[in-house]
Amino acid sequence: MGALTISQVRKSYGAADILKGIDLSIDAGEFLILVGPSGCGKSTLLAMIAGLEHPTSGAIHIGDRDVTYLPSKDRDIAMVFQSYALYPNMNVAQNIAFGLEMRKVPKAQRDETVQRVSKMLQISHLLDRKPGQLSGGQRQRVAMGRALARDPKLFLFDEPLSNLDAKLRIEMRAEIKLLHQRTRTTTVYVTHDQVEAMTLGDRIAVMRDGVVQQFGTPEEIYTRPANRFVAEFIGSPTMNFVTAERLSEGLRAQGVTLPVNAEQQASINAAISGNGGCLYGLRPEHIRLADDGVPGQLVMIEPTGPETYLLVDTPLGQMTSRVAGNPHLHVGDTVRLQWAAESAHLFDAGNEKRLA
Amino acid sequence: MSASRAPRSPWLPKLVVAPTFLLSFLFIYGLMAWNGYLSLSASRLLPNYEFVGLDQYRALFDNERWWVALTNLGIFGGLFIGGTTALGLLLAILLDQKIRAEGALRTIYLYPMALSFIVTGTAWKWILNPGLGIEHLVQSWGFENFRFDWLVDPDHALYCVVLAGIWQSSGFVMALFLAGLRGIDDSIIKAAQVDGASLARVYLRIIIPTLRPVFFSTIMVVAHIAIKSFDLVIALTAGGPGYATDLPATFMYTMAFSRGQIGLGAASATMMLATIAAIVVPYLYSELRSKS
Amino acid sequence: MSAAMSPEMTSSSSPSAVVPARRPGGLSWQRVLLLLVLLGFAAFFLTPLYVMVSTSFKTMDEVRNGTLLSIPMSPSFEAWSKAWSSACTGTDCGGLKPFFMNSVYMVVPAVLISTALGALNGYVLTKWRFRGSEVMFAFLLFGVFMPMQVVLLPMSQVLGKLGIASSVWGLILVHVLAGMPSTTLFFRNYYAGLPDELVKAATLDGASFWQIFWRIVVPLSTPILVVTLIWQFTSIWNDFLYGVVFSGADSKPITVGLNNLANTTSTVKEYNVDMAAALIAALPTLVVYVVAGKYFVRGLTAGAVKG
Repeated sequence: MGALTISQVRKSYGAADILKGIDLSIDAGEFLILVGPSGCGKSTLLAMIAGLEHPTSGAIHIGDRDVTYLPSKDRDIAMVFQSYALYPNMNVAQNIAFGLEMRKVPKAQRDETVQRVSKMLQISHLLDRKPGQLSGGQRQRVAMGRALARDPKLFLFDEPLSNLDAKLRIEMRAEIKLLHQRTRTTTVYVTHDQVEAMTLGDRIAVMRDGVVQQFGTPEEIYTRPANRFVAEFIGSPTMNFVTAERLSEGLRAQGVTLPVNAEQQASINAAISGNGGCLYGLRPEHIRLADDGVPGQLVMIEPTGPETYLLVDTPLGQMTSRVAGNPHLHVGDTVRLQWAAESAHLFDAGNEKRLA
Repeated sequence: MSASRAPRSPWLPKLVVAPTFLLSFLFIYGLMAWNGYLSLSASRLLPNYEFVGLDQYRALFDNERWWVALTNLGIFGGLFIGGTTALGLLLAILLDQKIRAEGALRTIYLYPMALSFIVTGTAWKWILNPGLGIEHLVQSWGFENFRFDWLVDPDHALYCVVLAGIWQSSGFVMALFLAGLRGIDDSIIKAAQVDGASLARVYLRIIIPTLRPVFFSTIMVVAHIAIKSFDLVIALTAGGPGYATDLPATFMYTMAFSRGQIGLGAASATMMLATIAAIVVPYLYSELRSKS
Repeated sequence: MSAAMSPEMTSSSSPSAVVPARRPGGLSWQRVLLLLVLLGFAAFFLTPLYVMVSTSFKTMDEVRNGTLLSIPMSPSFEAWSKAWSSACTGTDCGGLKPFFMNSVYMVVPAVLISTALGALNGYVLTKWRFRGSEVMFAFLLFGVFMPMQVVLLPMSQVLGKLGIASSVWGLILVHVLAGMPSTTLFFRNYYAGLPDELVKAATLDGASFWQIFWRIVVPLSTPILVVTLIWQFTSIWNDFLYGVVFSGADSKPITVGLNNLANTTSTVKEYNVDMAAALIAALPTLVVYVVAGKYFVRGLTAGAVKG
C-alpha cells in the first residue's frame, strides 16, 4: 500500500454527486496535486482525507491504516487552510504549539519544537505577535509552522497561496517546494492554478465534475493529455483546436490538409470509423512562423519580454502562436504558420478522448 | 456503503442544547397551548378545565371594554407606529448630514430607550399633570386660559400614551434607520449627484426606496412593541380614566388577575398572540428563507 | 444634570456624502436651520429628564408654587431620602430600597445564566449544525416576539406547583426562559461570522467540543458578550409585567415598587418623591447606557433588524 490510497471514494449531498468514484494512490514522500476548476470536487476530496467529512462510499488508507471514518485528530495529519485559520486570540508561539498542547505534550518539548520549527521557517522573531499583526506571507509561514510542529505523516494544503499577491505567491511557492525537499513528508495540495500544479507536483490529478480526468506526472499531463479538457486546462496560452474531418488518408479542415504521421494515422484508423470527426490540437509553442504553410492575418500581438504571443486569423480559425523573442511584426501583417505532425494532439471529436 | 462503520454525527452538541431548547419550547409553545386550552375552558377565579368551546371568545367579543381596548389599540398603534417611524426617519436623515455633534445628539435621542416604561410613564404622568404640569407651565407664561387636562379626559387620555410612547421609542427607530442609511453605498449617491439630482430628489427617489427592507423590519418591530404595550399604560394612566386607555394587554391583566376571569383573560391573550403571529411569522419566514 | 455625556458610537460606514462638508467660510442658512431643528429635538428629549431631576430636588411647596421648568431655589435631598427609605408603596412604608435589592438579586443571576446559555446555543447552532438545528432555531426565534401575556396564566400555575411562585427564583427562571431566544439570536448571528475554518483547524489539532469553546470561541466573543449583557441587564431590570405577576411579597422588583409608590392614592401626592423614586429606578440602566452606549446601540440593531 502506498502512503495514501483512495479507493472508489464517492460523495453525494442528497441528489448532487460531488465525487463519482475517485481512485488515487501515492507513495511516501510524494507531492500530489489536486487541480481543477471550481466545483470539481478537489476541496471535498481533501476534506475527506483530512477527516472533516466522510465519504458516502469508498475507503481512504494512510499507510496501512483504514482511516475512512477515523476522527481527524487520530489520523496523524496536518493541514494548511486557504485562510490560514490562525487562532486570533493566541500569539504565534501558542498557535504553533496548540496541536501539541491538545495532545498533552509536555511544555519543555513544546517549546523546543516551537523554536525548531520557527527557525526553519524564519519566523523566530514573530513568536510574540498575534496573527492580526502579521503580513500575509508571515501568516502563511505560521500556518505551515503549525502543521510542521505536529510532524505528521501527511501534509494537506488547501489553496494556501490564493490570498497572496502575485509576487508573494511565487516566493511562497518556492518556499513550499524547498520545504518539501527538506522534510520529504507526503503532501496533498489543492489548487486551481495550473502553474502551481505543474511546478510543485510530483504527480498531478486533474479533476472535473467529481471525476479524475488524468493522473500522472507533470510531463505526462503536459505532453500527453488524456482528453480535451486536460489539454485545454494545462498550458498557457491554451492549446489551439481545429475540428477536422477524416479523409481516406489524413485529415482535412476548411479545405486545408493537416499534417499527420504514420502512427497518428494508425490510431485514427483504429478509433474512428466512417466519417467521424477528429479534434486536432496544437500547443502555441509548436506553431512557428515560416515562409510556407497556412496563411493568416495577424490580429493581436502580445509581447511578454522573452516571448511573443501572436493571434492569427487563419482559414482554420483563430490560432495562437508562441515565438521566442520579438519578431517585430504589425497587426494586419500576413504570416504563414507551420508545425510538425508529431506536435499535434489528436482527440476523438465525439468523446474528446485522446487518440494519439 | 458500509453503514456499520459510518459514525453518527456527534452527540455532544445535541446534548448540550437539548435541555435548554426543550425548556424554552415548553415555555413558549407548551404554555401557549395551555393558555389556549384555558381560553376554551370555564375558568374564572381559578382554573377549571371544563371544556366550553368558544364561549369565552363569544363573551370576549360581547364585552364592551374589550372593544374599547381593541379600538384603542388601533388608534394607539397607528399613531405610535406612524409617529415613531416618521420622527425616527426624520432624525436619522438629519443626523446623516455630517454634523460635528452627531455622537452627542445620538446619545440624547436614544437614552429614553434605556428607561423602563414605568419610569417613562411616571415622569410623563407628572409632566401632563392637569393642575401642576404643562397646563400650569403655559398658564404661567401668560396664557391664562390654556387648558391641557388630556390625561384625565376620557376622550383624549389615549393621546397622552401616544406622546409618551413616541418620546420613548423614536430614538430606537432613528438608530435603525441610521444604520440603514449608513449601509447605502456612497457611489450610488454620487452617481445621482453627477446626474444632477438635487438633495431632496436624492432622498426621495433613491435613498428612501433603498431603505424599504429597513422600513419593513422597523415597522414590524414597532408594531409588536405597540401590541405588547402594558407597562406604559399602567404607569401613565392605569388604563383610565375608567377604562378609556385600556389596551388588550391591560385588559388581559385586569381580567385574569383582578377580576377573577381567567378564561376571559386567556382568550384575550390568545387574540393578542394571533395578531402578533399574523405580523411576525410571515416576516420571520421571509427573513430566514432569504438567508439560507 | 450632565449634558456632556457623549459615548462613542460607531456606525457601519461614514456619514452619507449627500451634503458636502461644511465650507470653512461660514454657516449657510440651511446648516443653521438644521442645527436649530436638531437642538429643538434634543430639547424635546431632554426636557422630561430635566423636569424629573429638578422636581426631585424641590420641596413640595416649591413644586406647588413653581412650574415644571423652574429651577429649584434651594435644592434638597429630602425627596431622595424619602423615596429610598421611607416612602409608602402600598401597605409598607420602607421606601424603594428593598425593591432595589430585590431587583439586584433577580437581575444578576438571570443575566448571567441567560447569557451563558445563549452563548452555548449560538456556538452549537453555528459550528456544530445538525439536522433540524435550523428549524429549531426558527421556532426559538418566535419567542423573541411572542407576547408575554400568553404565558402569564399557565406560568403562574407552574411556578406554584414548583413552589417558587413567591420567591426571586421564580422570576429568575421566567427571565432566563424568556431571554434565551434573544441571547441565542445575538450569539448565533455573531458566531456565524467566525470562520468555520477556525473550528476545523482546531479539530485537526485535536481539540474537543469544549476545548474549542473555551480556548478559541469564548476569547473571541468579547464584543457580543458585552452587547448581550447590557441588553439583558436593561430589559430585565426594566421589566414590569413579569415582575408584577410572578413576584411574591418579598421579591417585588423595583419597577413594581416604583409603580406602587407613584400610584398610591392613600396619602397626599408628593411629586418630588415620585420623581426621585423614578430616577432611582432609572439610574442603573442610565449609567450603563452612558458608559457603554455604543454597545447598546449595536445590540438594538443586531437583534431587531437581522431578525
